[in-house]
Amino acid sequence: MKYALFLGCTIPARARNYELSARAVASRLGVELVDIEEFACCGFPLEASDETGCLLLGAMNLCLAEEKGLDICALCSACASMLTKTAYHLDHDRNLKRRVNTYLSGIGKQYEGPVKVKHFARVLLEDVGLERIKGVVKRDLMGLKAATHYGCHYLKPSYIYEGFDDPQDAQTLERILEAVGVENVQYRRKKDCCGGPVLLTDEEVALKVAEEKLRNVREVGADCMNLVCPFCSLMFDANQKGIEAKSGDEFNTPVLYLPQILGLAMGFDRKELGLNLNSVSTKELESTLEGKDSA
Amino acid sequence: MRKFALRDVDPDFIKELEASEFFGAFRGCYACGTCTAGCPVHRVNSSYNPLRIMRMLVFGMREELLKGEMIWLCSDCYTCQENCPMEVKITDIINHLKNLATRENNIPIGVSTQKKLLKDQGKIYIIDEFDNKKRSKVGLPSLPEMGEEAKRLLKVRQS
Repeated sequence: MKYALFLGCTIPARARNYELSARAVASRLGVELVDIEEFACCGFPLEASDETGCLLLGAMNLCLAEEKGLDICALCSACASMLTKTAYHLDHDRNLKRRVNTYLSGIGKQYEGPVKVKHFARVLLEDVGLERIKGVVKRDLMGLKAATHYGCHYLKPSYIYEGFDDPQDAQTLERILEAVGVENVQYRRKKDCCGGPVLLTDEEVALKVAEEKLRNVREVGADCMNLVCPFCSLMFDANQKGIEAKSGDEFNTPVLYLPQILGLAMGFDRKELGLNLNSVSTKELESTLEGKDSA
Repeated sequence: MRKFALRDVDPDFIKELEASEFFGAFRGCYACGTCTAGCPVHRVNSSYNPLRIMRMLVFGMREELLKGEMIWLCSDCYTCQENCPMEVKITDIINHLKNLATRENNIPIGVSTQKKLLKDQGKIYIIDEFDNKKRSKVGLPSLPEMGEEAKRLLKVRQS
């Protein structure tokens, strides 16, 4: 199991907790993640304003992986979606590929394809497998109630994702948590967006979308949220205090990345998982797990 | 929405869109409203309405769509597209409309800022010395400051 690790823009600068925990968990599970320094933006921020530029950036990143003979594992859902979508269109449309390659030749690159792109969680599920994950559990997380937020681009648009999960009834992230003993709690409007992309155009609307979700999660008494995208984390974790101040409501809901929860089950300490970098404190949650290490 | 007269519509708008690969499926829309019913943005701001965008397309309301703010409120969550019983690629269409609006200089400052950042840096956030120090302190590999290849590519494209 060897993949080129695609970090994108946000994670190395703003979500080192996600990067740390994902690398730790991957290494424990025998997934080799290769860093490619030249990887740049996936193209997603250009999708709305410069479709061609977006496609070119995506294609360039695919080329970089292809040159190394590797497929891509992305941590960010927007990156995973954008690169998967780019590969999908290039691999399905020869004329488009030819056009893109004309531009790429300007920097000495050509995309042959196909290059497979997978989100980190999908790699865990399809390449590592639940049995192997169960096999490295060192600490019982039984009793920990997590509300999973799938977010949007991890699953959608579904036409690019070969049915690896069902956006109408997503299961994959919860199946992974279940494997380490976590109790998955269900809440209203679980499928809704975090609001993140609207932040650029209307902050009030964006924060209201996130606020509604935080409220629905609190309603069912979840100990934490579980997610797999730095933008979703920004909305629920980094912005939680601000949402509380604005709404006069208190949530105090820890927001963990999937590999942070898995890492706890594997016995990593808080710094190895970057839990000290989370905005909403996770200490209370961690204290409930103390003394649960299996011999 | 303000009142508008039939003389304000652009019957050629649909022809222009037909050049886009998403348009074929769009003809299936029978205005059932499933898109708007599931929209998380519509729930907190009812002035945003994906069904209305689809109808405005049919009526050729080019100016209203491309000069207005509505399309930019789409969160790109794909809920409408996944729920559509006629498999209209609503989100992809709205994304394409945002591109057309950009060409008419209707682009929110946040989006244009990101566009400029990518042209200048090849990534949204620069990884400066301080960032790399913080990274190496926790055992993460250093990264180059900018995406040089990406910058070159975007430049090559313009010339």
